[in-house]
Amino acid sequence: MNSLGAVLRELAGLFIEDGSLALEIVAVVALAGLSATLISDAPLITGGILLFGCLGVLFANVALAVRR
Amino acid sequence: MLGSLAHAGSAMTAAFLASIVEAVEALTIVLAVATVRGWRPAGLGAFAGLMLLILIVAGLGPLLDLVPLYFLQLAIGILLLLFGMRWLRKAILRSAGVIPLHDEATIFATETAELREQVRRHEARLDWLAGLASFKAVVLEGLEVVFIVIALSAGHGSLIPASAGALAACLLIACIALVVHRPLTRVPENTLKFAVGIMLSAFGIFWTGEGLGVSWPGADIAIVVFAALFLAVALAAVALLRRPSAEALQ
Repeated sequence: MNSLGAVLRELAGLFIEDGSLALEIVAVVALAGLSATLISDAPLITGGILLFGCLGVLFANVALAVRR
Repeated sequence: MLGSLAHAGSAMTAAFLASIVEAVEALTIVLAVATVRGWRPAGLGAFAGLMLLILIVAGLGPLLDLVPLYFLQLAIGILLLLFGMRWLRKAILRSAGVIPLHDEATIFATETAELREQVRRHEARLDWLAGLASFKAVVLEGLEVVFIVIALSAGHGSLIPASAGALAACLLIACIALVVHRPLTRVPENTLKFAVGIMLSAFGIFWTGEGLGVSWPGADIAIVVFAALFLAVALAAVALLRRPSAEALQ
């Protein structure tokens, strides 16, 4: 049972180690999805939100991790 | 044609580098088991783990064909972003000296000590416990390899190059392990994680965008541009956050 729990924890840990980073990535994807729905004739805006959003989230997250 | 080659090449390289990291981590535990209880339980556990991984790939592969392409791109893209940016974040923090580097020698010593403690407490069923430790290490580290191979190849016909990259890495590490018989402490684990994190994040942006209906300029070549941007941001973050002790850690 303990081993099963460890396997499940490890599986979740594949994708989520720092909860705030995971939430921020999901928020950027949601924002890009919203943009794709609202301005569907300009898909590159969606791409820009996704790309630069993720780059910004990464930079901000590691900077905050240092302060913590 | 150029785009497809770039995609296949990137998928193969990312799978190869990521698999080296995971194979080294699994090998450390298998070697610890072999040191305490011999190669029989270590080998049997590792073999059973490999069989389970093969079953997972064989079961998941055909199921993926049933999922609509845009949904698959979106789901795998998001998972790649979560997975790749997690690796990249950790590699940046390690390079900057904020968290310590991964140390295979320490992990080997800890695992060996734990197994010896188990010997003391449960002598009668030790082979079973030792085999289970080896099995768990191969399955857990192998699952990451399986995910990377499936994610990099899904919907893009790169299964063969990605699988070949992963297989080559696992064989390479297994051959080295057979020769040296000790944990591989000289593998530049953080540099590999840095590179793989960048590549997986770049693939994640590409797939997620495609799933949301974005036609990237330059098609697959855009992945290289994304990787360059992630590299630039990661290096800038390391330079800004580097602590005085970071050079000592490297």
